[in-house]
Amino acid sequence: MKIHIPTPLRVYSNKQDTVSVSATTVGEALDALTATHPDLKKHLYSEEGKLRSFVNVYLNDEDIRYLPKKGATEVSDKDALSIIPSIAGGC
Amino acid sequence: MLRLNEQVYHAIRRHGEETYPHECCGVLLGRSVDGVNDVEDAIRAGNTRTDSAHNRYNIAPQELVRIQRQGRERGLDIVGFYHSHPDHPAQWSKTDFAEAHWLGCSYVITAVEKGVAQATNSFLLTGTTEEDKAFEDEAVEVAALETERC
Ligand SMILES: [Zn+2]
Repeated sequence: MKIHIPTPLRVYSNKQDTVSVSATTVGEALDALTATHPDLKKHLYSEEGKLRSFVNVYLNDEDIRYLPKKGATEVSDKDALSIIPSIAGGC
Repeated sequence: MLRLNEQVYHAIRRHGEETYPHECCGVLLGRSVDGVNDVEDAIRAGNTRTDSAHNRYNIAPQELVRIQRQGRERGLDIVGFYHSHPDHPAQWSKTDFAEAHWLGCSYVITAVEKGVAQATNSFLLTGTTEEDKAFEDEAVEVAALETERC
């Protein structure tokens, strides 16, 4: 499956905007990504190994935090994961 | 440096006037080459902070996923974001800094005073991690649209 990398994290993915991995679940896909590009790890996860609060990961159009099976959700080659840091602010 | 054409520049400012007294927000699509964030298009986004829209903004991640996909199909990347400060100066706030996570991207702020766009400034989010990030003032170059000449 494909994993889309946001602009700021491409420094850690050999400048690739899309990384292809073979995986059967969301969790496997993310593990495969950080195994190939280990520098991505600390930008995606906190020291406790949880996804950083401002990092969103979408399976197609669904936030993986809200998937009933979360990381165990099955994926196929046609699915895509998008990593999207949040955008907010104020004045 | 941030480079955009007149059309995009005015579209961003107009957006802030239209949503006044609420904050507007949107995404800048373009290319980042040699330290220049070259903007091709500004995509309007909805402000999900309906609870406090006069001084807060938030773009739904799902909308960002869609915009990133549209960009990819056009060969463009997300190179920045814009929002407005209704009746506040065009300077980043503590909230803007705390909530900024797109390193290398431009954060454009337009002050809108009594419904009229005033200054538009850009701040580049520099650094390599959340821990050492910083906002730097960034030059904004507004290129005139190429017009046909006889
Ligand atoms: Zn702001």
